[in-house]
Amino acid sequence: MLTKRVIPCLDVKDGRVVKGVNFVDLRDAGDPVELAAKYDREGADEVVFLDITATSDDRSTTIDLASRAASQLHIPYTVGGGFRDVGGCRVMVSAGADKVSINSAAVHDPTLITRAAASFGSQAVVVAIDAKQVGPGDKWEVYLAGGRISTGIDAVQWAEEAARRGAGEILLTSMDRDGTKDGFDIPLTRAVSRAVSIPVIASGGVGTLEHFAEGIIEGEADAVLAASVFHFGTYTVRQVKEYMASQGIPVRLDF
Amino acid sequence: MASAKIVVIDYHKGNLLSVQHGLAAVGGEAAVSDAPADISAASGLVLPGVGSFESAMEYVNESGQGEAILDALGRGVPFLGICLGLQLLFSRGEERSGERGLPHENEEPVPAGTPGDDRWVAGLGFFSGSVTHLRSGRLKVPHVGWDQVYPTEAGERTQLLHDVPSGANFYFTHSYALSDDVDPTLVAAHTHYARSFGSAVAQGPVFGVQFHPEKSSATGLVVLSNFVDIVRAGGVR
Repeated sequence: MLTKRVIPCLDVKDGRVVKGVNFVDLRDAGDPVELAAKYDREGADEVVFLDITATSDDRSTTIDLASRAASQLHIPYTVGGGFRDVGGCRVMVSAGADKVSINSAAVHDPTLITRAAASFGSQAVVVAIDAKQVGPGDKWEVYLAGGRISTGIDAVQWAEEAARRGAGEILLTSMDRDGTKDGFDIPLTRAVSRAVSIPVIASGGVGTLEHFAEGIIEGEADAVLAASVFHFGTYTVRQVKEYMASQGIPVRLDF
Repeated sequence: MASAKIVVIDYHKGNLLSVQHGLAAVGGEAAVSDAPADISAASGLVLPGVGSFESAMEYVNESGQGEAILDALGRGVPFLGICLGLQLLFSRGEERSGERGLPHENEEPVPAGTPGDDRWVAGLGFFSGSVTHLRSGRLKVPHVGWDQVYPTEAGERTQLLHDVPSGANFYFTHSYALSDDVDPTLVAAHTHYARSFGSAVAQGPVFGVQFHPEKSSATGLVVLSNFVDIVRAGGVR
């Protein structure tokens, strides 16, 4: 049976991990590639590097990161943040990234999804959606710039459009839950998972082991993504997977 | 011990760094090349999996790579096809890179050579059999993520899968897979998603895997290491 994936996300600024803490077994816990290699050894199914370096046109640090990751990681990895056009995506794919995650550039020009999928294949194109609940009831809107800019676009409809345009996966982050440790926004995750026939990665809000399982069982997600609970050493990837397995979720434990 | 000069065949549809790094991580000496002359001179070949069946075959045919690959296969040079690289070994694929897009959900296979049939793209044809879409009304396609690989009885004795336990997880990302018209004696392992399909094939020193060993962490490196050993030995035991 296809297993559900557990994906640590590393926020990277100027080539360094943001929010990381010191792991005794790492020479340099601030090095995203070294930290990601540790997660590979601990059973992560993939990793995501999110470049949060704001307003910078200089991508050389991130390209260097992608190419070092290619030589040290033996699991798939995604690079996200800062893409504006197919050319920028191509540089990252050529450097070794398995997937690129595009967010605001796709909202500004949805044809970017189609063109990126035609260039690298849908499997390499992740569309990241940052969603916030608007008003009462199950309605969510797409936000940009870390939740600061409202677009007026319905998040579920946008996910459907992204899938139709050739996205291979949706990385869905609840901006209401991100950083709260209150768990995923389950109704949002479920609504998007049911609306599209491509895999959905749930993100934003994980604080406990139960939250990981809820994202899969109740949110119907195909993968769960978290950052701080891994970086702060709250849980190892293995602990998360063993808990998920105890809840009947198929996970990869042979590592 | 002979050197293991492995050529990773570049058909210009994507990056091959992961395959090259994976082989290097297990001590293989791998170079990426698109030149038919390098393919002919290699002591081992890896055909990685990027792009679509049709666009890959167009390049492989026009560049002269196809002829060099078939010649090497005929001479018994150890070969590993990965993902699309496995599929290209077979007679035909159902994938089109143009606007025709995916086949219809309920479309039944038509025999090759049916007049007006533009569904199939010819592969290298080293093995006979078809590559078809993983149709599913219930499951998500593409098949993306880690799934189990179950060696057949013959597969358990295959050197490529040495030290790979039954049910080991490997990383997949594909929408097409081997059909059931493939000779069952070629199939070294099965995986079940939407249908049961051959996820590894073996015949002498010629191997193909539907999964990505270069993306399958330590388990995947075992497979690459086995292949490097085969290349070093100049063939299977």
